[in-house]
Amino acid sequence: MPYEYPSVTAAPQSPGVPAATDSMVHARGLRKTFGSFEAVRGIDVDVHRGEAFGFLGPNGAGKSSTMRMIAAVSPVTAGTLRVLGMDPQTDGPLIRARLGVCPQEDSLDPDLRVRENLLVYGRYFGLSRRAVRARADELLEFAQLTDKAKAKVDDLSGGMKRRLTIARALINDPEILLLDEPTTGLDPQARHSLWDKLFRLKEQGVTIVLTTHYMDEAEQLCDRLVVMDKGAIAAEGSPLELIREHSTREVAELRFGVGQHEALAARVADLADRVEVLPDRLMLYTEHGEETLAQVHGRGLRPLAVLVRRSTLEDVFLKLTGRSLVD
Amino acid sequence: MSIAGAALVDAAGRRMGVTRSTGVLLGRHLTVFSRNWTFFVTGFAEPVLYLLSIGVGVGKLIPSFDVGGHTIAYAAFVAPGMLAASAMNGAVMDATFNVFFRLKYQKLYDQILATPLTTGDVARSEITWALLRGGVYSAGFLVVMSLFGLIHSWWALLALPAALLIGFAFGAVGMALTTFMKSWQDFEYITLSTVPMFLFSATFFPASTFPTWLQWVIDVTPLYRGVVLCRELTTGQVTWGSGISLVYLIVLGCLGMVLVGKRLERLLLT
Amino acid sequence: MAVTTLPSGPFGWLSITWRLLDYWITVYRRTWRGSVFTSFLTPLLYVVAMGVLLGGFIKTPAADLDGASSYLLFVAPGLLAAQTMQLVFGETTYPVLGLIKWHKVYASMVATPLTVSKVVIAQLGFIAFRIMSASVVFILVMTPFGVFSSVGGALGAFFVQLLLGMAFATPIFAYSAALQSEEGFTVIFRLLMIPMFLFSGAFFPLRNLSPVLEQIARITPLWQGVDLTRMLALGTWDTPSALVHLAYLVVLSVAGGWLAIRSLARRLAK
Repeated sequence: MPYEYPSVTAAPQSPGVPAATDSMVHARGLRKTFGSFEAVRGIDVDVHRGEAFGFLGPNGAGKSSTMRMIAAVSPVTAGTLRVLGMDPQTDGPLIRARLGVCPQEDSLDPDLRVRENLLVYGRYFGLSRRAVRARADELLEFAQLTDKAKAKVDDLSGGMKRRLTIARALINDPEILLLDEPTTGLDPQARHSLWDKLFRLKEQGVTIVLTTHYMDEAEQLCDRLVVMDKGAIAAEGSPLELIREHSTREVAELRFGVGQHEALAARVADLADRVEVLPDRLMLYTEHGEETLAQVHGRGLRPLAVLVRRSTLEDVFLKLTGRSLVD
Repeated sequence: MSIAGAALVDAAGRRMGVTRSTGVLLGRHLTVFSRNWTFFVTGFAEPVLYLLSIGVGVGKLIPSFDVGGHTIAYAAFVAPGMLAASAMNGAVMDATFNVFFRLKYQKLYDQILATPLTTGDVARSEITWALLRGGVYSAGFLVVMSLFGLIHSWWALLALPAALLIGFAFGAVGMALTTFMKSWQDFEYITLSTVPMFLFSATFFPASTFPTWLQWVIDVTPLYRGVVLCRELTTGQVTWGSGISLVYLIVLGCLGMVLVGKRLERLLLT
Repeated sequence: MAVTTLPSGPFGWLSITWRLLDYWITVYRRTWRGSVFTSFLTPLLYVVAMGVLLGGFIKTPAADLDGASSYLLFVAPGLLAAQTMQLVFGETTYPVLGLIKWHKVYASMVATPLTVSKVVIAQLGFIAFRIMSASVVFILVMTPFGVFSSVGGALGAFFVQLLLGMAFATPIFAYSAALQSEEGFTVIFRLLMIPMFLFSGAFFPLRNLSPVLEQIARITPLWQGVDLTRMLALGTWDTPSALVHLAYLVVLSVAGGWLAIRSLARRLAK
């Protein structure tokens, strides 16, 4: 029988806790500065109940700083931030009680065994020993780690550690799951298995907020996303909307001999919405790739290799954030 | 600022008391420790070995020892010194090296702060842990002392809380200093302060061997206050001075705790 | 492209080992400040506290102090040998496991033309350098106290430290290289180093121990070093027993060296 993730539709309530709202995260003009460095420069974000929301951006774009503010562990420098309708500045513990956090680097407790990591972490949320034991066993099964329950954390593979970190983030049955680059450093099998798990959580109503710099991940997981660059939001929408808005339907990639691309770019410039010159190829952004290709051939140009493909989020991303390396 | 603030709640939105939130963190340390019990037992042996070496082995070279007009066996003089010094060393070890490791390498506190727990809970639980561990060691050491006939008064029962107080003062100050450390090299400063205190705080010989001005300096060091307090209790020579030591150590520990809370917030909640 | 060659000939191995010099110089330049205190102030404080001040209470005749006319003269050479042991324990435990496990430096070293034995020899060379510099400082600190009866004795004591250090360094290196987790260090620190430090004749004559413990203490490596250093410092050289001590330490160094290379090679082959 397949394991069902326990439903979270009935949000835990008690007097003094603000009522459930459909706005899970609400930010207006949100800023974060470290000394003179502006990590986040006034962003507006709304995450609704049940959706998977992504922050997409290169390293240093301000994604992690934003996530830490939402996780109520980093004071907001300026602007408004409401998480689950509450202000992290004054209700940090209340907010954190209802969040699940999966940080970028697995911060598992290496002194504890696999199952103990879940037990002890659950206790941090004030769960009773009995409740946390039952919950830990369910989550071990969910994360396919049941037979590793007594293993040392150091002996787990990267994928296993990540699954354990996510399982741990679910110990308190959170309403929002925050994932900071959930699949960075994992092999393809581990990534797909993790996507599968996250998809099932979303199906069961958990709101997911994640950061990533992988386009395929964003396309797979996110209902809606924002592209961040240098601390600001460069674009916002669903993956399809973003592609439609910031790129063409198709891309034709043409390879000529090394060193010829710069010169040839001028001869095809009028055939596409946009032409990009790379050291090893020309990229022609166009609505109909095959037609454009025929026109290129019509001008007597003979590329060594051609590829016509659909635009992806990667094209949007590179257009918005540039190709230069960010460290 | 309440990212770290007082409103503790559990996953069901109930308020968690300070005792409970400290308790769950102690639970974590206990789980880890239950597997490393050899570590625990051998840690207890260390001050006993010092007592046997310096107190008994070297003590045999000192036929009679005169302190403030009273003649006592050298071992009976050294033992309370060892009690106080090991309370200091244990607390400093827990509150500096271990805390630094958890802070910078294990990122344990980052994990904890992602939950409803706060920096205050972290500080309280670390100090409480250091005290629990130190308290068990001290109690064991006092038993060893009595077996060797080195306890001369019922006041000695109060040497246990005295040792805990020493642990509290050094633990709190040590942890506060740890929050300023950048790398392991900075721990040289910890050694720089604990080694001279260990050697010169009337642990091995009375402070009266020093010139008067140096006695004044030593008089205000925390370990000296602890050593003297323990010695007054185990030898049954309690004075008003014991009260001064008591107040001194309490104040020092409280100052340390306040600083720890503030610093952890600045370090972890950025 | 740079072409790397492997020097041959009888001293080829030496020149290959020499390639690791830059690594260790870099490490030392980054960390030497931290050791200034430990290598200079600590011995001074111990000599003053134990030798001068505690020694002031000890009026034991030379016959009962292994021929030393004062406790200061008795304890100072013992402290020198004990310092060598502690330094070596520090250099061959956490740093070795760190280079294997956490920083994976050995793995990157043997990915070059360097071999395991050269890596081990280079590190032993670094440790020898650390022993030499710490010993020179200690000997200079002790000289004004009149601890050495002759220049030759001081020089001899210096070389004894080198040998004693190697006798500890090689087997502990072998142990550390085979260790999976750092918990194993607690065991050797607390069950080997501290008992040896306290009971191998550094602080009091071995005959103050019970007969059984005395026999155990006599077979520890530290006692060999303590006795050699003390004989050289006091000028009470006794060739037969000195030869036994020397042979013991040489055998331990060589056997340990072989074990260390084997142990690290096995670890890196995994």
